[in-house]
Amino acid sequence: MTSAASTATGRPATSAMVRRLPEYLMIWVPLLLSAAHLISFSIWTIWISFTPSTLVPVAGWVGLRNYNAVLASRNWQIAFDNLLLFGIAFVLLSLTTGLLLAILLDQRIRGENVLRTIFLYPLAVSFVVTGTVWSWLLNPGIGIEKLVHDLGWTTFHFDWLVNRDMAIWTIVIAAIWQSSGFAMALFLAGLRSVDSDIIKAAQIDGAGPIRTYWRVILPTLWPITITVVVVQLQFAISAFDLVRALTNGGPGIATQLPALVVYDLMFQRSQLGRGAAAAVLMLLILLAVLLPYAAWRYVRGRQAAHA
Amino acid sequence: MRDRSFAPTRILTYLVATLFAAAYLAPLLVVVLNSLRTNEEIAQSSMIGWPQHMAWGNYALAWSGFCVAETCAGIRPYMLNSALITIPATIFSTLLGAVAGYAVSLWRFRGDVWIYGIVTLGLFLPQQMRLLPWTIVLRDIGLINTLSGLVLIHTIQGLSFTVLFCRNYYVAIPHELIRAARIDGAGFFRIFWRIILPLSGPILLVTVIWQFTHIWNEFLYGVTFTPGQQQPVTAALIALSAAVADIPQHGVQSAAVIIAALPTLLIYLFGGKYFVRGLTAGAVK
Repeated sequence: MTSAASTATGRPATSAMVRRLPEYLMIWVPLLLSAAHLISFSIWTIWISFTPSTLVPVAGWVGLRNYNAVLASRNWQIAFDNLLLFGIAFVLLSLTTGLLLAILLDQRIRGENVLRTIFLYPLAVSFVVTGTVWSWLLNPGIGIEKLVHDLGWTTFHFDWLVNRDMAIWTIVIAAIWQSSGFAMALFLAGLRSVDSDIIKAAQIDGAGPIRTYWRVILPTLWPITITVVVVQLQFAISAFDLVRALTNGGPGIATQLPALVVYDLMFQRSQLGRGAAAAVLMLLILLAVLLPYAAWRYVRGRQAAHA
Repeated sequence: MRDRSFAPTRILTYLVATLFAAAYLAPLLVVVLNSLRTNEEIAQSSMIGWPQHMAWGNYALAWSGFCVAETCAGIRPYMLNSALITIPATIFSTLLGAVAGYAVSLWRFRGDVWIYGIVTLGLFLPQQMRLLPWTIVLRDIGLINTLSGLVLIHTIQGLSFTVLFCRNYYVAIPHELIRAARIDGAGFFRIFWRIILPLSGPILLVTVIWQFTHIWNEFLYGVTFTPGQQQPVTAALIALSAAVADIPQHGVQSAAVIIAALPTLLIYLFGGKYFVRGLTAGAVK
């Protein structure tokens, strides 16, 4: 505490320390535990990734052998390709969906609250539930395809869930359903904070609604867009529950993603060293997104401070 | 644009909004309807259909009848596990986060900026980076395969969020208020209890809702650190799908899904405003 003098009224310093012990404990124990676990666990996992650990962690040094093994494995290569496709498709589509929904709700329409509640409720549901439900809907034997067949259109085909080439798109669909509401919420807040004077000015200049959105309103949203992209990418990179419940990486290993590879190596194949290496690779992918974002935030913060 | 005069665009707006709303509601509706259909009925048609006779029995079976991994007690024990993990972890992480957030924002002490910065890194560090160390630590302190172990994990990891939420809220409280109270001789806890806590209603709601939803919905730690009997309900749902893979019981499974999703859905329905505030606060950081 910086101003101990104002409260400790002339008593010996040690008794003041003892008297204030409860507050030191309440402040420092949780904060230190939190900070210590973050730092030490990261270092610990990085260390394991350089050891020959298999069933249990062991000391030793194998250099980059675990990394090379992971990077050379088909499992990881497929997972990485999937992550690229899933990450890009999911982020772009959920951005567009979220923006469209936000613009719709921004029209002062009736029932806005009800609609907003509907678009956001999937966020309150677990990925396990979302994945399970979509695995039923997208299952050609019992889901949408079966329904359309029963309705009479027997040549209808919608078998992405069991189709190696398309299965990753089922994860995109479920992920968009679950979290485009998040993009909507942030965009809507952005739209609502646009200065109404510049909108009026644009309208006085004769700009139509579409033109006003495109030229005047949307450009003010790009900082929000970047935030949404980063948060959604962060989710995509560590996606686990959703895939586990929806496809469990299948058919075969067609929808493998990095988080599943990590889990598989650590707890199913007892390859702790390689599992840790895969986890560190995940962290590196994440940092490739987060570090530029942090730099951008820093620069913007400084610009705002100077302005 | 925000004008009410141009009818065709307004009709289109409502049409598109309704279509999207239908698409977002459809999965929930399908599961609710299925939870009231018998397994035979679903097997004869598809997952998507109207119940012919309300099969309320699905809920009884899902709650306390069906078998997961050789135990036939339904979803009830797993719901209880989830509650026993989620409720204590939510309370602990919120209280500790509120005190720490108050200390970091209004008391300022040596190293506060640093420790706060490190703690908030927890928002970004993937769970996979902590899995092995948690396994080893929980084993060494004898909490592996226990509910207490998960309470500990969620309390410590949750602090990253709760400290951030509370700190950002308390920063806006005028320092003069604290200074005046200190001159009057009030100490750390007294100020927290008398001044800060009465102002904290909204942020505590945001934090509690956020923590409850996240911990209830968590899966990875639940499936890794607890054996069959102790698993939270998310892990039990996955185990259930695997257990009935040969002879699907979609009616009962749908009822189980609804029961498992109900706590967070209800919280969302009644505390939606605070839920959304947590979402956006977590994003803007």
